[in-house]
Amino acid sequence: MKVFCVAEYRFDELNPLSIELLNLANQVKGDGSSEAVVIGKDVGKYAEELAKYADKVWKIEDDSLENYTPDLYVDVLMQLIEREKPDMILIGNTAQGGEFAPYLAAKLNAPIATDVVGVDVSGGVKVSRYLMQGKLMVDMKLKSTPCVLTIRQGVFKEGAEIGGEIVDAGIKPSKESRRKFISYIEPEVGEVDIAQADIIVSVGRGIEDESNIELAQELADLLGGVVAGSRPVIDNGWLPKDRQVGISGKVVKPKLYLALGISGAFQHVMGMKDSELIIAVNKDPEAPIFGVAHYGVVADLFDVVPELIEKLKELKGA
Amino acid sequence: MKVIVLAKHAPDPESEISVASDGKSVNTSGLVYDINDWDRYAVEEAIRIKEDKGGEVVVVGVGTNCDDTLRKCLAMGADRAIKIPVDTSFDAYQTAEVIKEAIKDEEFDMILAGLMSQDLNNAQVGVLLAAMLDLPIATAVAELNVEDGKVIAKRELEGGYLEEVELPTPCVITVQSGINEPRYVSIMGIKRAKSKEMKEVSISPSISTLEIEKMYLPPVKKAEMIEGDPSQIAEKLIEILKERGLI
Repeated sequence: MKVFCVAEYRFDELNPLSIELLNLANQVKGDGSSEAVVIGKDVGKYAEELAKYADKVWKIEDDSLENYTPDLYVDVLMQLIEREKPDMILIGNTAQGGEFAPYLAAKLNAPIATDVVGVDVSGGVKVSRYLMQGKLMVDMKLKSTPCVLTIRQGVFKEGAEIGGEIVDAGIKPSKESRRKFISYIEPEVGEVDIAQADIIVSVGRGIEDESNIELAQELADLLGGVVAGSRPVIDNGWLPKDRQVGISGKVVKPKLYLALGISGAFQHVMGMKDSELIIAVNKDPEAPIFGVAHYGVVADLFDVVPELIEKLKELKGA
Repeated sequence: MKVIVLAKHAPDPESEISVASDGKSVNTSGLVYDINDWDRYAVEEAIRIKEDKGGEVVVVGVGTNCDDTLRKCLAMGADRAIKIPVDTSFDAYQTAEVIKEAIKDEEFDMILAGLMSQDLNNAQVGVLLAAMLDLPIATAVAELNVEDGKVIAKRELEGGYLEEVELPTPCVITVQSGINEPRYVSIMGIKRAKSKEMKEVSISPSISTLEIEKMYLPPVKKAEMIEGDPSQIAEKLIEILKERGLI
Protein backbone atom coordinates (compact mmCIF):
# COMPACT_ATOMS: atom_id res chain seq x y z
CA MET A 1 0.00 0.00 0.00
CA LYS A 2 1.35 3.42 -0.96
CA VAL A 3 0.70 5.78 1.93
CA PHE A 4 1.04 9.56 1.68
CA CYS A 5 1.61 11.60 4.85
CA VAL A 6 1.11 15.35 4.58
CA ALA A 7 3.55 17.09 6.92
CA GLU A 8 2.79 20.17 9.00
CA TYR A 9 5.04 22.81 10.54
CA ARG A 10 4.61 26.22 12.12
CA PHE A 11 6.97 28.81 13.57
CA ASP A 12 10.00 26.99 12.16
CA GLU A 13 9.18 23.66 13.79
CA LEU A 14 7.94 20.42 12.31
CA ASN A 15 4.81 19.21 14.13
CA PRO A 16 5.74 15.89 15.83
CA LEU A 17 2.42 14.53 14.58
CA SER A 18 3.98 14.48 11.08
CA ILE A 19 6.40 11.78 12.29
CA GLU A 20 3.53 9.92 13.95
CA LEU A 21 1.79 9.79 10.55
CA LEU A 22 4.90 8.16 9.11
CA ASN A 23 5.05 5.67 11.99
CA LEU A 24 1.50 4.65 11.14
CA ALA A 25 2.30 4.54 7.41
CA ASN A 26 5.27 2.26 8.09
CA GLN A 27 3.02 -0.04 10.13
CA VAL A 28 0.40 -0.45 7.41
CA LYS A 29 2.34 -0.07 4.14
CA GLY A 30 3.16 -3.80 3.72
CA ASP A 31 5.26 -4.09 0.55
CA GLY A 32 4.30 -0.55 -0.41
CA SER A 33 5.86 2.70 0.74
CA SER A 34 5.55 5.55 3.23
CA GLU A 35 5.83 8.88 1.42
CA ALA A 36 5.82 12.24 3.16
CA VAL A 37 4.68 15.36 1.36
CA VAL A 38 5.94 18.70 2.61
CA ILE A 39 4.65 21.93 1.12
CA GLY A 40 6.04 25.44 1.51
CA LYS A 41 8.49 28.04 0.33
CA ASP A 42 11.69 26.49 1.62
CA VAL A 43 11.09 23.10 3.18
CA GLY A 44 14.51 21.46 2.97
CA LYS A 45 15.08 21.15 6.70
CA TYR A 46 11.65 19.62 7.30
CA ALA A 47 12.25 17.20 4.42
CA GLU A 48 15.47 16.02 6.04
CA GLU A 49 13.75 15.36 9.35
CA LEU A 50 10.90 13.53 7.63
CA ALA A 51 13.26 11.45 5.47
CA LYS A 52 14.51 9.64 8.58
CA TYR A 53 11.10 7.99 8.91
CA ALA A 54 9.90 7.85 5.30
CA ASP A 55 10.75 5.81 2.22
CA LYS A 56 10.39 8.99 0.21
CA VAL A 57 9.78 12.67 0.85
CA TRP A 58 8.10 14.78 -1.81
CA LYS A 59 8.97 18.48 -1.67
CA ILE A 60 6.54 20.93 -3.18
CA GLU A 61 8.04 24.40 -3.13
CA ASP A 62 6.85 27.78 -4.36
CA ASP A 63 6.93 31.35 -3.05
CA SER A 64 3.12 31.36 -2.97
CA LEU A 65 3.19 28.39 -0.57
CA GLU A 66 5.07 30.26 2.16
CA ASN A 67 1.98 30.34 4.37
CA TYR A 68 -0.61 27.58 4.45
CA THR A 69 -3.86 28.15 2.59
CA PRO A 70 -6.39 25.37 2.02
CA ASP A 71 -6.85 26.45 -1.62
CA LEU A 72 -3.22 25.92 -2.61
CA TYR A 73 -2.59 22.88 -0.40
CA VAL A 74 -5.52 21.12 -2.05
CA ASP A 75 -4.40 22.32 -5.50
CA VAL A 76 -0.84 20.97 -5.28
CA LEU A 77 -1.84 17.80 -3.42
CA MET A 78 -4.42 16.99 -6.10
CA GLN A 79 -1.72 17.27 -8.76
CA LEU A 80 0.66 14.96 -6.89
CA ILE A 81 -2.05 12.46 -5.91
CA GLU A 82 -3.40 12.20 -9.47
CA ARG A 83 0.12 11.55 -10.73
CA GLU A 84 1.43 9.21 -8.00
CA LYS A 85 -1.84 7.47 -7.08
CA PRO A 86 -1.43 6.73 -3.35
CA ASP A 87 -3.91 4.34 -1.70
CA MET A 88 -4.18 6.29 1.51
CA ILE A 89 -3.51 9.89 2.50
CA LEU A 90 -2.75 10.58 6.16
CA ILE A 91 -3.10 14.10 7.54
CA GLY A 92 -2.78 15.35 11.13
CA ASN A 93 -6.04 16.11 12.89
CA THR A 94 -5.02 19.68 13.67
CA ALA A 95 -6.41 23.14 13.05
CA GLN A 96 -4.67 23.00 9.68
CA GLY A 97 -5.09 19.35 8.69
CA GLY A 98 -8.67 19.19 9.93
CA GLU A 99 -9.47 22.07 7.60
CA PHE A 100 -8.08 20.98 4.24
CA ALA A 101 -8.47 17.20 4.62
CA PRO A 102 -12.24 17.04 4.00
CA TYR A 103 -11.84 19.53 1.13
CA LEU A 104 -9.19 17.33 -0.47
CA ALA A 105 -11.30 14.21 0.07
CA ALA A 106 -14.32 15.78 -1.60
CA LYS A 107 -12.24 16.88 -4.59
CA LEU A 108 -10.90 13.32 -4.89
CA ASN A 109 -14.35 11.79 -4.34
CA ALA A 110 -12.61 9.79 -1.64
CA PRO A 111 -13.97 8.45 1.64
CA ILE A 112 -12.72 10.31 4.70
CA ALA A 113 -12.54 9.54 8.41
CA THR A 114 -11.41 12.22 10.86
CA ASP A 115 -9.69 12.07 14.26
CA VAL A 116 -8.73 8.43 13.72
CA VAL A 117 -7.02 6.47 16.52
CA GLY A 118 -6.74 3.02 14.93
CA VAL A 119 -6.18 1.71 11.40
CA ASP A 120 -6.50 -1.89 10.19
CA VAL A 121 -5.69 -2.73 6.55
CA SER A 122 -6.05 -6.51 6.74
CA GLY A 123 -9.21 -6.42 4.59
CA GLY A 124 -9.71 -3.04 2.98
CA VAL A 125 -9.29 0.02 5.18
CA LYS A 126 -10.95 -0.09 8.59
CA VAL A 127 -10.57 2.67 11.16
CA SER A 128 -11.46 3.27 14.81
CA ARG A 129 -12.48 6.62 16.20
CA TYR A 130 -14.30 8.12 19.13
CA LEU A 131 -17.63 9.87 19.06
CA MET A 132 -19.90 11.48 21.67
CA GLN A 133 -16.93 13.43 23.04
CA GLY A 134 -15.03 10.26 23.87
CA LYS A 135 -17.87 8.24 25.39
CA LEU A 136 -18.27 5.82 22.46
CA MET A 137 -16.06 4.23 19.86
CA VAL A 138 -16.84 3.11 16.36
CA ASP A 139 -15.08 0.80 13.92
CA MET A 140 -15.92 1.54 10.33
CA LYS A 141 -14.90 0.51 6.88
CA LEU A 142 -14.03 3.01 4.18
CA LYS A 143 -15.59 1.65 1.02
CA SER A 144 -12.93 2.62 -1.53
CA THR A 145 -9.38 3.83 -2.04
CA PRO A 146 -7.78 6.25 -2.21
CA CYS A 147 -9.06 7.39 1.16
CA VAL A 148 -8.19 10.28 3.43
CA LEU A 149 -7.64 9.87 7.18
CA THR A 150 -6.91 12.56 9.73
CA ILE A 151 -5.00 11.13 12.66
CA ARG A 152 -5.24 12.06 16.33
CA GLN A 153 -1.99 13.22 17.92
CA GLY A 154 -0.15 11.05 20.43
CA VAL A 155 -1.42 7.64 19.25
CA PHE A 156 1.34 6.47 16.87
CA LYS A 157 4.41 7.65 18.74
CA GLU A 158 6.44 4.48 18.30
CA GLY A 159 8.39 3.91 15.13
CA ALA A 160 11.81 3.18 13.77
CA GLU A 161 14.02 5.31 11.55
CA ILE A 162 14.26 3.96 8.01
CA GLY A 163 16.03 6.68 6.03
CA GLY A 164 14.51 7.51 2.68
CA GLU A 165 15.16 9.80 -0.29
CA ILE A 166 14.08 13.39 -0.81
CA VAL A 167 12.57 14.21 -4.19
CA ASP A 168 11.44 17.51 -5.66
CA ALA A 169 7.90 16.81 -6.87
CA GLY A 170 8.22 19.42 -9.61
CA ILE A 171 4.74 20.70 -8.88
CA LYS A 172 3.62 24.35 -8.77
CA PRO A 173 0.25 25.81 -7.79
CA SER A 174 -2.01 26.08 -10.85
CA LYS A 175 -3.86 29.15 -9.53
CA GLU A 176 -3.90 31.87 -6.92
CA SER A 177 -5.33 31.25 -3.50
CA ARG A 178 -8.71 32.81 -2.90
CA ARG A 179 -8.00 32.88 0.79
CA LYS A 180 -5.15 35.19 1.85
CA PHE A 181 -3.02 34.71 4.93
CA ILE A 182 -2.70 37.94 6.91
CA SER A 183 -0.86 37.16 10.14
CA TYR A 184 -0.46 35.00 13.21
CA ILE A 185 -1.74 36.47 16.46
CA GLU A 186 0.01 35.52 19.68
CA PRO A 187 -1.94 34.47 22.76
CA GLU A 188 -2.70 37.20 25.26
CA VAL A 189 -0.65 37.09 28.43
CA GLY A 190 -2.69 37.19 31.63
CA GLU A 191 -1.79 37.85 35.24
CA VAL A 192 -1.30 34.17 36.10
CA ASP A 193 0.57 31.63 33.99
CA ILE A 194 -1.20 28.36 34.78
CA ALA A 195 1.57 26.41 33.04
CA GLN A 196 3.91 27.43 35.89
CA ALA A 197 1.57 26.44 38.75
CA ASP A 198 2.21 23.40 40.97
CA ILE A 199 -1.42 23.03 41.95
CA ILE A 200 -4.34 23.61 39.61
CA VAL A 201 -8.01 23.52 40.53
CA SER A 202 -9.71 23.20 37.16
CA VAL A 203 -13.41 23.64 36.52
CA GLY A 204 -15.62 22.46 33.68
CA ARG A 205 -19.21 22.71 32.61
CA GLY A 206 -20.22 21.15 35.96
CA ILE A 207 -19.42 24.41 37.75
CA GLU A 208 -22.76 25.55 36.27
CA ASP A 209 -22.48 29.28 36.83
CA GLU A 210 -19.95 32.09 36.91
CA SER A 211 -20.78 32.79 40.56
CA ASN A 212 -19.51 29.31 41.50
CA ILE A 213 -15.97 30.06 40.31
CA GLU A 214 -15.51 31.60 43.78
CA LEU A 215 -15.83 28.16 45.32
CA ALA A 216 -13.00 26.83 43.15
CA GLN A 217 -10.97 29.94 43.92
CA GLU A 218 -11.41 29.43 47.67
CA LEU A 219 -10.21 25.83 47.35
CA ALA A 220 -7.28 26.89 45.16
CA ASP A 221 -6.30 29.58 47.70
CA LEU A 222 -6.31 27.03 50.53
CA LEU A 223 -4.15 24.64 48.48
CA GLY A 224 -1.83 27.40 47.28
CA GLY A 225 -2.85 26.84 43.68
CA VAL A 226 -4.55 28.58 40.78
CA VAL A 227 -7.91 28.19 39.05
CA ALA A 228 -8.08 27.05 35.43
CA GLY A 229 -10.87 25.73 33.25
CA SER A 230 -11.95 23.65 30.29
CA ARG A 231 -13.38 24.98 27.05
CA PRO A 232 -17.06 25.53 28.06
CA VAL A 233 -16.02 27.69 31.02
CA ILE A 234 -13.81 29.86 28.80
CA ASP A 235 -16.47 30.02 26.05
CA ASN A 236 -18.94 31.33 28.60
CA GLY A 237 -16.50 34.02 29.65
CA TRP A 238 -16.36 32.77 33.26
CA LEU A 239 -12.56 32.59 33.12
CA PRO A 240 -10.16 34.41 30.79
CA LYS A 241 -8.75 32.62 27.73
CA ASP A 242 -5.26 32.33 29.26
CA ARG A 243 -6.74 30.00 31.92
CA GLN A 244 -7.84 27.43 29.34
CA VAL A 245 -6.29 23.96 29.61
CA GLY A 246 -6.25 21.96 26.37
CA ILE A 247 -4.87 21.74 22.84
CA SER A 248 -6.16 25.19 21.92
CA GLY A 249 -5.20 26.61 25.32
CA LYS A 250 -2.29 25.62 27.53
CA VAL A 251 -0.57 22.34 28.26
CA VAL A 252 0.02 21.96 32.01
CA LYS A 253 1.92 19.42 34.11
CA PRO A 254 1.31 20.43 37.74
CA LYS A 255 1.93 18.31 40.84
CA LEU A 256 -1.81 18.25 41.44
CA TYR A 257 -4.59 18.67 38.89
CA LEU A 258 -8.00 18.68 40.53
CA ALA A 259 -10.65 18.40 37.81
CA LEU A 260 -14.06 19.55 39.01
CA GLY A 261 -17.05 18.90 36.76
CA ILE A 262 -14.85 18.31 33.71
CA SER A 263 -16.05 15.53 31.40
CA GLY A 264 -12.64 15.01 29.81
CA ALA A 265 -12.96 15.64 26.09
CA PHE A 266 -9.77 14.72 24.21
CA GLN A 267 -8.94 18.34 23.48
CA HIS A 268 -8.85 18.98 27.24
CA VAL A 269 -7.10 15.75 28.24
CA MET A 270 -4.18 16.48 25.91
CA GLY A 271 -3.55 19.60 27.97
CA MET A 272 -3.34 17.92 31.40
CA LYS A 273 -2.74 14.17 31.07
CA ASP A 274 0.91 14.42 32.14
CA SER A 275 0.08 16.01 35.51
CA GLU A 276 1.75 14.16 38.41
CA LEU A 277 -1.50 13.57 40.30
CA ILE A 278 -4.95 13.89 38.77
CA ILE A 279 -8.07 13.79 40.91
CA ALA A 280 -11.41 14.08 39.15
CA VAL A 281 -14.81 14.84 40.60
CA ASN A 282 -17.75 14.33 38.27
CA LYS A 283 -21.40 13.33 38.61
CA ASP A 284 -21.24 11.12 35.51
CA PRO A 285 -19.59 7.74 36.21
CA GLU A 286 -18.98 7.34 32.46
CA ALA A 287 -17.13 10.64 32.10
CA PRO A 288 -13.92 10.06 30.06
CA ILE A 289 -11.96 12.10 32.63
CA PHE A 290 -11.93 8.98 34.85
CA GLY A 291 -9.87 7.27 32.16
CA VAL A 292 -7.00 9.68 32.72
CA ALA A 293 -7.39 10.47 36.44
CA HIS A 294 -5.46 8.63 39.16
CA TYR A 295 -8.29 9.05 41.65
CA GLY A 296 -11.93 9.53 40.80
CA VAL A 297 -14.97 10.65 42.75
CA VAL A 298 -18.44 10.15 41.33
CA ALA A 299 -20.29 12.92 43.13
CA ASP A 300 -21.70 16.40 42.83
CA LEU A 301 -18.79 18.82 43.18
CA PHE A 302 -21.09 21.09 45.21
CA ASP A 303 -21.30 18.35 47.87
CA VAL A 304 -17.62 17.47 47.93
CA VAL A 305 -15.85 20.81 47.49
CA PRO A 306 -17.43 22.62 50.49
CA GLU A 307 -16.50 19.63 52.71
CA LEU A 308 -12.96 19.74 51.39
CA ILE A 309 -12.77 23.49 52.04
CA GLU A 310 -14.03 23.01 55.62
CA LYS A 311 -11.51 20.28 56.37
CA LEU A 312 -8.63 22.24 54.85
CA LYS A 313 -9.60 25.25 56.98
CA GLU A 314 -9.64 23.07 60.12
CA LEU A 315 -6.25 21.73 59.17
CA LYS A 316 -4.82 25.21 58.68
CA GLY A 317 -6.37 26.48 61.88
CA ALA A 318 -4.97 23.61 63.89
CA MET B 1 -26.01 39.93 3.00
CA LYS B 2 -27.73 36.57 2.75
CA VAL B 3 -26.41 33.98 5.15
CA ILE B 4 -27.27 30.30 5.16
CA VAL B 5 -26.65 28.69 8.52
CA LEU B 6 -26.58 24.96 9.20
CA ALA B 7 -28.10 23.73 12.44
CA LYS B 8 -28.07 20.12 13.59
CA HIS B 9 -30.58 18.66 15.99
CA ALA B 10 -28.11 16.56 17.93
CA PRO B 11 -27.96 14.44 21.07
CA ASP B 12 -26.13 15.94 24.03
CA PRO B 13 -23.07 13.80 24.81
CA GLU B 14 -23.71 14.54 28.49
CA SER B 15 -26.94 12.53 28.27
CA GLU B 16 -27.10 8.77 28.84
CA ILE B 17 -25.03 7.09 26.14
CA SER B 18 -25.20 3.39 25.32
CA VAL B 19 -24.93 1.14 22.28
CA ALA B 20 -28.14 -0.11 20.63
CA SER B 21 -28.85 -3.85 20.40
CA ASP B 22 -27.62 -4.00 16.78
CA GLY B 23 -24.14 -3.14 18.07
CA LYS B 24 -23.77 -0.57 15.30
CA SER B 25 -25.66 2.49 16.50
CA VAL B 26 -26.34 4.64 19.53
CA ASN B 27 -29.27 3.71 21.73
CA THR B 28 -31.57 6.71 21.29
CA SER B 29 -33.74 6.06 24.36
CA GLY B 30 -31.50 7.82 26.86
CA LEU B 31 -30.58 10.71 24.59
CA VAL B 32 -31.54 14.33 25.10
CA TYR B 33 -31.58 16.33 21.85
CA ASP B 34 -31.00 20.01 21.32
CA ILE B 35 -29.36 22.32 18.80
CA ASN B 36 -25.73 21.29 18.34
CA ASP B 37 -23.76 23.60 20.62
CA TRP B 38 -21.34 24.76 17.89
CA ASP B 39 -24.30 25.54 15.60
CA ARG B 40 -25.87 27.70 18.29
CA TYR B 41 -22.84 29.98 17.97
CA ALA B 42 -23.11 29.88 14.16
CA VAL B 43 -26.78 30.90 14.26
CA GLU B 44 -25.99 33.75 16.66
CA GLU B 45 -23.18 34.93 14.38
CA ALA B 46 -25.51 34.83 11.34
CA ILE B 47 -28.15 36.88 13.14
CA ARG B 48 -25.56 39.44 14.27
CA ILE B 49 -24.36 39.85 10.68
CA LYS B 50 -27.93 40.48 9.58
CA GLU B 51 -28.53 42.96 12.39
CA ASP B 52 -25.38 44.80 11.41
CA LYS B 53 -25.50 44.63 7.60
CA GLY B 54 -29.10 43.80 6.79
CA GLY B 55 -30.11 40.87 4.62
CA GLU B 56 -31.53 37.48 5.44
CA VAL B 57 -30.71 34.42 7.55
CA VAL B 58 -31.88 31.05 6.26
CA VAL B 59 -31.41 28.11 8.60
CA VAL B 60 -31.07 24.59 7.18
CA GLY B 61 -31.66 21.40 9.16
CA VAL B 62 -31.29 17.76 8.17
CA GLY B 63 -33.29 15.01 9.89
CA THR B 64 -36.86 13.83 10.24
CA ASN B 65 -37.05 15.21 13.79
CA CYS B 66 -35.18 18.49 13.49
CA ASP B 67 -38.22 20.82 13.88
CA ASP B 68 -37.46 21.85 17.46
CA THR B 69 -34.00 23.01 16.56
CA LEU B 70 -35.19 24.88 13.45
CA ARG B 71 -37.93 26.60 15.47
CA LYS B 72 -35.40 27.58 18.08
CA CYS B 73 -33.26 29.18 15.37
CA LEU B 74 -36.31 31.03 14.01
CA ALA B 75 -37.10 32.21 17.53
CA MET B 76 -33.53 33.43 17.92
CA GLY B 77 -34.01 35.56 14.80
CA ALA B 78 -33.46 33.51 11.64
CA ASP B 79 -35.91 34.57 8.90
CA ARG B 80 -36.90 31.22 7.47
CA ALA B 81 -36.01 27.56 7.66
CA ILE B 82 -35.41 24.73 5.23
CA LYS B 83 -35.99 21.27 6.60
CA ILE B 84 -34.57 18.27 4.79
CA PRO B 85 -36.54 15.39 6.32
CA VAL B 86 -34.02 12.62 5.82
CA ASP B 87 -31.94 10.84 8.43
CA THR B 88 -28.47 10.74 6.97
CA SER B 89 -26.04 8.20 8.32
CA PHE B 90 -22.69 8.62 9.97
CA ASP B 91 -21.42 9.52 6.50
CA ALA B 92 -20.92 13.31 6.37
CA TYR B 93 -20.95 13.18 2.55
CA GLN B 94 -24.65 12.37 2.70
CA THR B 95 -25.43 15.37 4.87
CA ALA B 96 -23.35 17.71 2.71
CA GLU B 97 -24.92 16.32 -0.45
CA VAL B 98 -28.54 16.87 0.59
CA ILE B 99 -27.77 20.37 1.90
CA LYS B 100 -26.08 21.25 -1.39
CA GLU B 101 -29.20 20.16 -3.30
CA ALA B 102 -31.59 21.96 -0.95
CA ILE B 103 -29.84 25.34 -1.25
CA LYS B 104 -29.05 25.24 -4.96
CA ASP B 105 -31.50 28.02 -5.82
CA GLU B 106 -30.50 30.26 -2.93
CA GLU B 107 -28.12 33.03 -3.89
CA PHE B 108 -26.19 33.39 -0.67
CA ASP B 109 -23.10 35.33 0.36
CA MET B 110 -21.99 33.01 3.11
CA ILE B 111 -22.66 29.62 4.64
CA LEU B 112 -22.07 29.47 8.39
CA ALA B 113 -21.88 26.24 10.37
CA GLY B 114 -20.51 24.96 13.64
CA LEU B 115 -16.99 23.51 13.56
CA MET B 116 -18.33 20.05 14.35
CA SER B 117 -21.36 18.26 15.74
CA GLN B 118 -21.39 17.47 19.43
CA ASP B 119 -22.39 13.84 18.83
CA LEU B 120 -20.29 12.62 15.90
CA ASN B 121 -17.40 15.09 16.21
CA ASN B 122 -16.53 14.61 12.52
CA ALA B 123 -15.96 18.29 11.66
CA GLN B 124 -16.63 17.49 8.01
CA VAL B 125 -20.01 18.70 6.74
CA GLY B 126 -19.14 22.40 6.34
CA VAL B 127 -15.88 21.68 4.54
CA LEU B 128 -17.31 18.95 2.29
CA LEU B 129 -20.10 21.32 1.32
CA ALA B 130 -17.57 24.06 0.52
CA ALA B 131 -15.61 21.66 -1.68
CA MET B 132 -18.75 20.44 -3.47
CA LEU B 133 -19.68 24.08 -4.18
CA ASP B 134 -16.04 24.98 -4.88
CA LEU B 135 -16.12 27.84 -2.36
CA PRO B 136 -13.29 29.12 -0.17
CA ILE B 137 -13.35 27.98 3.43
CA ALA B 138 -12.17 28.96 6.89
CA THR B 139 -12.75 26.62 9.82
CA ALA B 140 -12.63 27.00 13.62
CA VAL B 141 -13.22 30.73 13.34
CA ALA B 142 -13.05 32.55 16.67
CA GLU B 143 -13.69 36.06 15.34
CA LEU B 144 -15.41 37.14 12.15
CA ASN B 145 -15.63 40.55 10.49
CA VAL B 146 -17.76 41.02 7.42
CA GLU B 147 -16.84 43.74 4.94
CA ASP B 148 -17.93 44.53 1.41
CA GLY B 149 -17.35 41.43 -0.69
CA LYS B 150 -14.97 39.86 1.78
CA VAL B 151 -14.62 38.56 5.33
CA ILE B 152 -11.73 38.73 7.75
CA ALA B 153 -11.61 35.65 9.98
CA LYS B 154 -9.44 34.76 12.93
CA ARG B 155 -8.99 30.99 13.06
CA GLU B 156 -8.17 29.16 16.25
CA LEU B 157 -4.86 27.29 16.14
CA GLU B 158 -3.10 25.21 18.78
CA GLY B 159 -1.58 26.73 21.91
CA GLY B 160 -3.76 29.85 22.07
CA TYR B 161 -2.55 31.21 18.72
CA LEU B 162 -4.86 32.63 16.08
CA GLU B 163 -4.41 32.91 12.33
CA GLU B 164 -5.95 35.91 10.60
CA VAL B 165 -7.11 35.29 7.03
CA GLU B 166 -9.15 37.09 4.36
CA LEU B 167 -11.69 35.39 2.09
CA PRO B 168 -13.89 36.68 -0.70
CA THR B 169 -17.63 36.03 -0.54
CA PRO B 170 -19.37 33.74 -1.18
CA CYS B 171 -17.54 31.47 1.23
CA VAL B 172 -18.08 28.87 3.92
CA ILE B 173 -17.15 29.60 7.54
CA THR B 174 -17.26 27.11 10.39
CA VAL B 175 -17.19 28.69 13.84
CA GLN B 176 -15.50 27.65 17.05
CA SER B 177 -17.55 27.73 20.23
CA GLY B 178 -17.08 30.94 22.23
CA ILE B 179 -17.03 33.19 19.11
CA ASN B 180 -19.97 35.13 20.61
CA GLU B 181 -22.51 34.89 23.39
CA PRO B 182 -25.61 33.25 21.92
CA ARG B 183 -28.84 34.96 22.88
CA TYR B 184 -31.61 33.24 24.78
CA VAL B 185 -34.88 32.67 23.02
CA SER B 186 -37.45 35.25 24.12
CA ILE B 187 -41.21 34.77 24.41
CA MET B 188 -41.61 37.39 21.65
CA GLY B 189 -39.15 35.44 19.54
CA ILE B 190 -41.12 32.25 19.96
CA LYS B 191 -44.35 34.07 18.99
CA ARG B 192 -42.76 35.62 15.93
CA ALA B 193 -41.25 32.28 14.90
CA LYS B 194 -44.74 30.80 14.52
CA SER B 195 -45.45 32.89 11.44
CA LYS B 196 -42.07 32.24 9.84
CA GLU B 197 -41.71 29.87 6.89
CA MET B 198 -40.42 26.32 7.38
CA LYS B 199 -40.11 24.73 3.96
CA GLU B 200 -39.59 21.00 3.58
CA VAL B 201 -37.34 19.82 0.78
CA SER B 202 -37.22 16.05 0.32
CA ILE B 203 -33.94 14.74 -1.02
CA SER B 204 -32.35 11.34 -0.63
CA PRO B 205 -28.60 11.01 -0.44
CA SER B 206 -26.96 9.02 -3.24
CA ILE B 207 -23.41 8.78 -1.88
CA SER B 208 -22.25 6.14 0.57
CA THR B 209 -18.57 5.97 1.47
CA LEU B 210 -18.56 4.32 4.90
CA GLU B 211 -19.90 1.24 6.58
CA ILE B 212 -20.20 1.00 10.36
CA GLU B 213 -18.94 -2.36 11.61
CA LYS B 214 -19.15 -1.97 15.34
CA MET B 215 -19.96 0.56 18.04
CA TYR B 216 -18.78 0.04 21.60
CA LEU B 217 -17.79 1.63 24.87
CA PRO B 218 -14.13 2.61 24.78
CA PRO B 219 -11.80 0.43 26.81
CA VAL B 220 -10.49 2.70 29.56
CA LYS B 221 -8.07 2.32 32.35
CA LYS B 222 -10.15 3.42 35.28
CA ALA B 223 -9.08 5.72 38.06
CA GLU B 224 -9.07 4.37 41.61
CA MET B 225 -12.53 5.38 42.74
CA ILE B 226 -13.10 7.00 46.13
CA GLU B 227 -16.45 6.29 47.66
CA GLY B 228 -18.42 7.40 50.68
CA ASP B 229 -20.45 10.41 51.77
CA PRO B 230 -19.05 13.87 50.97
CA SER B 231 -17.35 14.14 54.37
CA GLN B 232 -15.65 10.74 54.02
CA ILE B 233 -14.60 11.57 50.46
CA ALA B 234 -13.08 14.88 51.59
CA GLU B 235 -11.26 13.04 54.37
CA LYS B 236 -9.77 10.53 51.93
CA LEU B 237 -8.76 13.23 49.47
CA ILE B 238 -6.94 15.09 52.24
CA GLU B 239 -5.10 11.89 53.18
CA ILE B 240 -3.95 11.49 49.58
CA LEU B 241 -2.79 15.10 49.41
CA LYS B 242 -0.93 14.74 52.71
CA GLU B 243 0.78 11.54 51.55
CA ARG B 244 2.01 13.36 48.48
CA GLY B 245 3.23 16.30 50.51
CA LEU B 246 0.83 18.63 48.74
CA ILE B 247 -0.60 20.03 51.98
